[in-house]
Amino acid sequence: MKRLFLLGLFALATAVTYAGGYRVSLQGQRGLAMGHTGVAVVNNAELAFFNPAGLVFLENKINAAVGVSAVFSDVVWQNEEFGQMARTDSPVGTPFYAYFSYKLSEKFSVGLAAYTPYGSSVAWEKDWAGSHLVNDIELAAIYVQALGSYKITDNLSIGGGPIYVSGSVNFNRNLTRSLTDLEGNRSNVTVDASGVSAWGWSAGAMWSPVDSLRIGVNYRSEIIVKAEDGDADFENVPNSPLTPFQDTTFDAELPLPAELSVGVSYQLDEKWLFAFDYNRTFWDVYESLDVDFANPNIPDSENPRNYKDASIYRFGLQYIANETFTLRAGYYFDESPVQSGYFAPETPRNDSSNFTGGLSINVTDKVAIDASFLYSRFEEINESYDYYEENGENVPFEGTYKSSAFIPGLGVTIKI
Amino acid sequence: MKNYFKYMAILALGIVSCEPELENSIEDADFYSSGEADFSNYVALGNSLTAGYADGALYISGQENSYPNILAEKFAITQETNGFTQPLVNDNIGGLLVGGSQIAKPRYVLSVGANGPVPGRLDATPTTEVTNKLEGPFNNMGVPGAKSYHLKAEGYGSIAGLQTDPPSSNAYFARFSTSESTTVLADAMAQNPTFFTLWIGNNDVLGYATSGGTGTFQTNNTDVRSYGPNDITDPNAFAFFYSQIVEELAANAEGVLLNIPDITTVPYFTTIPNNALALDAATAANLTGFFQAVAGVMTQVLMQNPNVTPEQAQAIASQYAIQFNEGANRFLIDVPVTPTNPLGFRQMTEEELLLLPIDQSALAQGYGSVVLTQEVGEVLAILQAGGQPSQQQVQTLFGAVSGINDEDALDVEEIQNIRTATTAYNQAIESIATNFELGFVDANALVAKLDSEGIAYDGGVLTSAFVQGGAYSLDGIHQTPRGAAVIANAIIDEINERYGAEVPKANLGDYGTVTLEQNVQ
Repeated sequence: MKRLFLLGLFALATAVTYAGGYRVSLQGQRGLAMGHTGVAVVNNAELAFFNPAGLVFLENKINAAVGVSAVFSDVVWQNEEFGQMARTDSPVGTPFYAYFSYKLSEKFSVGLAAYTPYGSSVAWEKDWAGSHLVNDIELAAIYVQALGSYKITDNLSIGGGPIYVSGSVNFNRNLTRSLTDLEGNRSNVTVDASGVSAWGWSAGAMWSPVDSLRIGVNYRSEIIVKAEDGDADFENVPNSPLTPFQDTTFDAELPLPAELSVGVSYQLDEKWLFAFDYNRTFWDVYESLDVDFANPNIPDSENPRNYKDASIYRFGLQYIANETFTLRAGYYFDESPVQSGYFAPETPRNDSSNFTGGLSINVTDKVAIDASFLYSRFEEINESYDYYEENGENVPFEGTYKSSAFIPGLGVTIKI
Repeated sequence: MKNYFKYMAILALGIVSCEPELENSIEDADFYSSGEADFSNYVALGNSLTAGYADGALYISGQENSYPNILAEKFAITQETNGFTQPLVNDNIGGLLVGGSQIAKPRYVLSVGANGPVPGRLDATPTTEVTNKLEGPFNNMGVPGAKSYHLKAEGYGSIAGLQTDPPSSNAYFARFSTSESTTVLADAMAQNPTFFTLWIGNNDVLGYATSGGTGTFQTNNTDVRSYGPNDITDPNAFAFFYSQIVEELAANAEGVLLNIPDITTVPYFTTIPNNALALDAATAANLTGFFQAVAGVMTQVLMQNPNVTPEQAQAIASQYAIQFNEGANRFLIDVPVTPTNPLGFRQMTEEELLLLPIDQSALAQGYGSVVLTQEVGEVLAILQAGGQPSQQQVQTLFGAVSGINDEDALDVEEIQNIRTATTAYNQAIESIATNFELGFVDANALVAKLDSEGIAYDGGVLTSAFVQGGAYSLDGIHQTPRGAAVIANAIIDEINERYGAEVPKANLGDYGTVTLEQNVQ
């Protein structure tokens, strides 16, 4: 029974994550519980993501951290003028992470990391009012990274390593607002590509000017995932030379933008730790989602996105209650990269205020259970996507959106 | 095991708590308002336009996009309703069977042939058997083919009546009538509607119009049983029946009346131009020469009559000396033979109309002008040589003229009849709406606007142009889903105005137009 349950859970664990742009900050339960800070926090193997330079500061020889979150995220949309409403019924996303580090010497540690910083899973009701923009999308990217962490001096270290990305996308939408086949079924296309790989890197540095203060910086490079010869499957297309949409292949590019993090942490006393991180995500690179169909009779699909670089401000604190319990809380403000007029329902994201909390339970000296939760609060917003074209005219798709996300997470930290 | 359920329950709680809610959700009971109207049981009465008939047939997706169904969807957002049922046919093919024999054809679809996209009948066999009666009641009481007085005609939904020759009942109504003897109105009233729309009267002129005006404009004859199918209903009879229908409907319900559009502006009558006779200079000169010959011979023929003076003969015959020019020329049309027009044809005038089903390949072969055979050429040669044609050769010459038949065109008088009747009907409808304090939609103005400037929406402009315009289906008369949404929105505007309601409108761009399909007969 237990196995069945786990199987059910992991059947969904396709590294798919929640809506809201497609950056998903869930790369460690301890960090997340503190507002997803960590570039200047030395805590456990989560450093492999937050700042590999810090791995060498971990006390134990072997460190590991694994975890998974369950993303319950949905969006409601309505248009008052036309009395239309739709809700997403998105599958539960289950982003995960697994980090491992090994101290080769006092000055050098190596590590291995797997995590899912980008992804999206949004499923609207089939043929809803915005179905010409998206019916459903599943976007996943798994990062696998080899790491080295080197202590230059007792209070300064650097770290980093190459990243291998394996990505997949499955995206369905209707061809227009009204095209149907003879039976009245809406014509639609599914583009699907998986096993798309790409390379990148990350590097960081950590410095402790005084014992109680750490300063960290980490940079993760931009990675452009290029899908080539993916499958484009056209369904319910009228039997007519005027609609020459036959199944074909496609090429498309999706950028996974670079991210710079800088932060500080301050150890007030044996019990209290404060952390502040600033993230800058270089979303400018995401100008347009262009799908280039191999069949020359099928017009390519160009979808301006015009994202802008965006900042996230993170605050976290940790309180060590006793030998068994450690409590954490945090807050972050997440600025949306989506500009007004480009609010596409496949990533219906506006600015959000995020509240986090969590705890660790030291089961033994070596094993701790880490739990966290995240509640993302989005303001209701009136927005539109203005760049859908029909008969050469831009036809805005507008309405009121409201998103919410509730994300419990569970992990294990091991130090030997 | 128990723990897992607990865990699941907590997760489920998480889902519930995270369901986003809008501050002012349109699902809130008081978001929209039905005002003084009550849409809990909306019944739509009318003809094919109400039934969702399109592309020359009744089929499911057309019914789903009927203006009453669009309205009902918006009503259901506005207040709690009892739902809206329609007598859906069996397929998206269209057409009807009675006892297995086809009595109505499949729908038109747009197929691309050698000369571009043209409408054609879908190559499929209808599966809707009229004698498989549907269990009602149905909120959409639109009956294709119904005229005003048919709503009160007993036996109009009789299965047995379909077997008589000509049929005394209507197959579309027979599918879902509650009894052999019932009337459309009685079946509607039995549902105790709280709200109704009525759009009836179009067919009271349409049969006349689509027959090319072959019927009679009935005036001062209120005995509708004596009418032929292509007659125009006497406006007095129309007003009488219409008023009776409304009196019953309005007794316990609010509602909206729609008037009758001037049918002559729809694509069925406006697509084929009457000046589509395109000639090069040489052919134009030949034709001009031919008709000069006709006029000349006619003068001689007339002068053989001792009662006709040479001046009179010349005056009469000169009407046949028709001048043709390089470029576009109007077709010739057959008219009754009279002493002043002994050959019974003339050139069409600017406002006269050709009907959509006219045989266009025949037009290219001389239908509407002259069929120049070898024999005709020989006669012309004799005339040119100054010879005297025999009587038979004169007949050959005159017989070469091939005017457009009455059933393929609407002439000035026929158009006038249609307009006179439509105007009279509309006066009656508007005054009845006023008398019963009901909503009134000027569908005539809407259709006129589609024809003149079009109706703008977020994806372009909807016009009455055939195929391309988007408002009319491939039969050239009935609306597309997008055209039906225009009607629904006009009704919503009127409801919001008159009944102080706030009913949301339909987004025109979400509704389709013509259907593409290559599989045609």
